[in-house]
Amino acid sequence: MAKIESSFKNMTLSLTLISLVASACLAFVYQVTKGPIEASVLNKKITAIKTVIPDFNNNPDSEMFRLPTGDGDSLDIYPAKKDGNLIGYAVNTYSTSGFSGNISLMAGFRTDGTIINISVLEQKETPGLGTKIAEPQFKDQFSGKNPADFDLKVKKDGGQVDAITAATISSRAFCDALQRAYKTLFSGKEPNVTTTASVPDLSQHKTISTLN
Amino acid sequence: MNQLQNFTKGFFKENPILVLVLGTCPTLATTSSALNGMGMGIATTFVLIGSNVVISLLSKFIPDKVRIPAFIVIIASFVTIVDLFMQAYVPSLYEKLGIFIPLIVVNCIVLGRAEAFASKNTVFSSLVDGAGMGLGFTMALGILGSFREIVGSGAIFGHKFIKGDGVLVFILAPGAFLALGYLIALINKLKRT
Repeated sequence: MAKIESSFKNMTLSLTLISLVASACLAFVYQVTKGPIEASVLNKKITAIKTVIPDFNNNPDSEMFRLPTGDGDSLDIYPAKKDGNLIGYAVNTYSTSGFSGNISLMAGFRTDGTIINISVLEQKETPGLGTKIAEPQFKDQFSGKNPADFDLKVKKDGGQVDAITAATISSRAFCDALQRAYKTLFSGKEPNVTTTASVPDLSQHKTISTLN
Repeated sequence: MNQLQNFTKGFFKENPILVLVLGTCPTLATTSSALNGMGMGIATTFVLIGSNVVISLLSKFIPDKVRIPAFIVIIASFVTIVDLFMQAYVPSLYEKLGIFIPLIVVNCIVLGRAEAFASKNTVFSSLVDGAGMGLGFTMALGILGSFREIVGSGAIFGHKFIKGDGVLVFILAPGAFLALGYLIALINKLKRT
């Protein structure tokens, strides 16, 4: 069969047909992959929450709420509960002051404000230098510290954080993200650390915590 | 040309990266580790095979004057399919390759093979050509990625075997140019002897 000629009718017809078939195929693939994509996004979030708060048995994703940061944005907060008792919060926080691009973290706090663990969700820092923020040698120095009496600033800026050599900017951004999470979660107020059953003052969400 | 030659030409004689030097943008950007490079290569291979087969099937029905837009629609569809499947089933690799998966659409190798080979040959030889070219591309990316990972971070496929930091520059963008340059020089040397 000879090749069809480049007449206006033929060109329109063939391009239309090709586009129609292509869009039908894509619609089908989209339907097939929609479920797995959603599942993998959720799975990633749950895994991150599990690394920062080790022991809980509720579904933090379904109880997620948002708190304003105070500078026009808001953060996602995931309350973690063990047998109905609130044990901590995982905060999805970020910093815009990274060396290249935003840094996104999942930070786990006890109800008294003590940091449990931190997981780096997203960063585009310099490989081999800034990317070390995701390594235990750096981020483990925050575990068990309470930002109320632990100054979240690198030592160069008068704080108590050991910065990564040759990656002070990334270290600063990491602290900035943590500070934002802490400030947002406890709304600038000192959490009540004297009583054992201390619950931070989240008056607008108290209903959620007591209901469960 | 028999089918075996048709298949193997992608590896050495007409290797898209090392000899034709096509599609260097994703090559330089994604080969910071062996796994990333090969993941990119395999995604491109799938697109190449798919688009080569469909284009050679349809070549009689695509008028010459609109062949480029028609090819691009077909290629873009395959890229979107790969993109969605990777997002669903290999999310960690998908995150690392990021924008370079959608950018396979504008990879010169894919359109180059469609124009130079698939539109003029039978369906089967186009399939073989796509597979050969794609695997040759994967091989080049794998070699480049392994080299950069070994020298740059003392690891291979994520397993660290040299303590310490390695030669950092090979992980960064300039190292991609250096490593690719060495590799092409080596291939040229081999070809002449």
